[in-house]
Amino acid sequence: MFQIEFDNQDKVVGIDLGTTNSLAAWLNLTKPEVIPGEDGDKLVPSVVSLTESGEVVVGNAARQELIDHPDRTIYSVKRLMGRGVEDVREELNLFPFRIAEGSEQVIRVVLGDKTFTPPEVSAMILRQLKKNAETALGGPVSKAVITVPAYFNDAQRQATRDAGRIAGLEVLRLVNEPTAAALAYGLDKRKEGVIAVYDLGGGTFDISILKLQDGIFEVLATNGDTHLGGDDIDNRLLQIALEDVRSEWGEDLSHIGEAVQTLRRDVIRAKEALSFVPAANIEFDWQGRHYKREITRELFEGLIKDIVDRTLGPCRDCMRDAGVTPEQIDEVVMVGGSTRIPMVRGAVEVLFRAKPHTELNPDEVVALGAAVQAGILSGAVENQLLLDVTPLSLGIEMYGGLVSKIIHRNSTIPASAGETFTTAVDGQTNVLIHVVQGERELAKDCRSLARFDLKGIAPMTAGFARIEVRFLIDANGILNVTARDARTGKEQSMDVKPSYGLTDEQVEAMIEASIDHAEEDYTAAQVAGARVDADTILGAVDKAKRDPAWLDLSDEERRGVTDAINRLQLVYHSNDYELIRKQIDVLNEVTHSLAENMMNSAVRGALKGTRV
Amino acid sequence: MKSACWNCGAAMPGRFCPACKALQPPSSDYFEFFEIPRHLALDTDDLEKRFYALSRKLHPDLFSRKPAREQQYSLDASAVLNDAYRVLKEPVARAMYVLKQEGLDIGEQGTKEVPPELLEEVFELNMALEDEDAAPQVEEALYRFQAMRQEIDTALQIKFAAWDASHDAPSLGEVRALLNRRKYITNLIDKASHVPDRI
Repeated sequence: MFQIEFDNQDKVVGIDLGTTNSLAAWLNLTKPEVIPGEDGDKLVPSVVSLTESGEVVVGNAARQELIDHPDRTIYSVKRLMGRGVEDVREELNLFPFRIAEGSEQVIRVVLGDKTFTPPEVSAMILRQLKKNAETALGGPVSKAVITVPAYFNDAQRQATRDAGRIAGLEVLRLVNEPTAAALAYGLDKRKEGVIAVYDLGGGTFDISILKLQDGIFEVLATNGDTHLGGDDIDNRLLQIALEDVRSEWGEDLSHIGEAVQTLRRDVIRAKEALSFVPAANIEFDWQGRHYKREITRELFEGLIKDIVDRTLGPCRDCMRDAGVTPEQIDEVVMVGGSTRIPMVRGAVEVLFRAKPHTELNPDEVVALGAAVQAGILSGAVENQLLLDVTPLSLGIEMYGGLVSKIIHRNSTIPASAGETFTTAVDGQTNVLIHVVQGERELAKDCRSLARFDLKGIAPMTAGFARIEVRFLIDANGILNVTARDARTGKEQSMDVKPSYGLTDEQVEAMIEASIDHAEEDYTAAQVAGARVDADTILGAVDKAKRDPAWLDLSDEERRGVTDAINRLQLVYHSNDYELIRKQIDVLNEVTHSLAENMMNSAVRGALKGTRV
Repeated sequence: MKSACWNCGAAMPGRFCPACKALQPPSSDYFEFFEIPRHLALDTDDLEKRFYALSRKLHPDLFSRKPAREQQYSLDASAVLNDAYRVLKEPVARAMYVLKQEGLDIGEQGTKEVPPELLEEVFELNMALEDEDAAPQVEEALYRFQAMRQEIDTALQIKFAAWDASHDAPSLGEVRALLNRRKYITNLIDKASHVPDRI
């Protein structure tokens, strides 16, 4: 009777899988709330470490490992998602990623003596967030909305979805980070208007312009740079400090992982302080030596000016594509830790001629928005709808290497395009379609997405075959391709070779490998759920004992209740959720008449208060 | 032909089946989809209202707890909705769509050949584009082309109304001729406005 009807429906969590920090949020009735981690911190640093015994450590604990065991620890893995080795060569100079041999199609990073793909590393972070959510919400969590930078391409989005699947999460939707932030701000309270969302995170920059109308958030245009963020600022400071140390101590520390990571931590401290004070010190201790350097805000701003300026071009392009002038923008929302920097705020204010919103914590706003989107999907939030766009044009490579654009950037998604293909040579049975993403005219300058091999075409005279191919970008911004033989109406078989990232088979294998973990996770979630229910009933009975109805019970009945309470408390800390559940049922049973008495006296009380 | 609901078999189901409320496969005709007459001139404010109203009914977000088949129809219908809105809200794209439906597709042709009355203009523009000091002439040409395009747009309005009233082939042919010319001039405008800044 004291047991609350437990909501059997799985809760959907919103997850911000960030470059620097990740966090999960859920919709508590109607209000999105951040779910704290095991250590009580809301932010889980996106750092993963593999201990010598093979245990995965994520978050704050792994951050310490970054200094103690840099060779078994990785951060900013988001920068590698959906990318090839060639793409990241430049970054390898700045980030201590150790890339394994033979990483052509999919990068493999080395942690200790093992290698992992970026989606697998991201999955470790997601698994931690899943666990945190299960503990906090007291039940299994298997569905999620995950956010991605708006400017992420198809391969980066697929990699994020793969990470979710590997972590045992059904990814109901990928939502663009700036759009999620707009949802979190609940700017729908304003009935109509144009909003700009400026999102400068640890590793990525996005700008989105939205039109708001009666709860519909329609993205007009988006732009950005998937390799621009706070990390770049850290690297500037780090370079200065390393050079200082070299000239002061006559020693080059840039190849000692432990030293670099310690110094990185110290420059980040100084950077963060500079958002609030006019000058801060970088202080670094290494093997008994001490380095100290004062950085004034003026020096700092001179150092990062070009980084801040690099965000302004995409902002102007975005306004042009959206067809709005700065005067038409009603509100500006700031997202991402780097927007705490006064110079960034100043630049945004000048560009958009509006004072930016900073009421919500820029580190949390994206996850909160993802939780709202989860509510939209589950039906808990009504009358709000996101209409997002695809950030990059989709094209197919034509004869001569030119690109024919079939879905233009900033098209509202889902979006589709149909093309009919035929054969060029008599008796030809295959047609190869190369799909690319980007704005450049030559296919080689765009991002290769995949090659589709339409095969098994009946041999006939050149130009007679008619294969209708439909390209559809879904609400996640991910491409789906289907093909049909127009002559027979039958589905056309094809092979898909993604240019970057994992094949479906590889993802399946990784899911398989993680099942062992899933079982552990499941048990932990069940235990957490049982404890939450135990807390509920123990609290309710405790309160009932102060009710007059308690005294109406016989001594024997009271003893029975006390006994059941003790037994439940005894098993409470065990890891056997079935046992906890059993004792909850026992307590529920013996408090039956107590609950009835209370109910009756409540009814009597209510009747007494009623004037007849 | 949509003759029966895929889910319950009810006859003439429309967008949603009146009997079981299941979403049906979408019509691929943009005008039919929006339930508006096949007109070249249309009220874009009304179109926007319809777009938002239909988005609220068809978006995949609203179908995440529905059966897989309905989810697919929601995805298909939303794609048609967005594609249709993108095309129908722009007068030129809308007219091109109607031309294609009527078998009068302009395609990539028509932009290669210089319309005779523009020969001299094009010659002069090309000369100016090659001359480093001819920036003012390029700007002048740009201005003239923009005025020409404006004229075409005004003429198109009249032709749109004519076809809407009659739906006859000759008036659509005139629309086609104007669009061809417009496309050519737009290319010239792009050419003239993409001159790199000279110091």
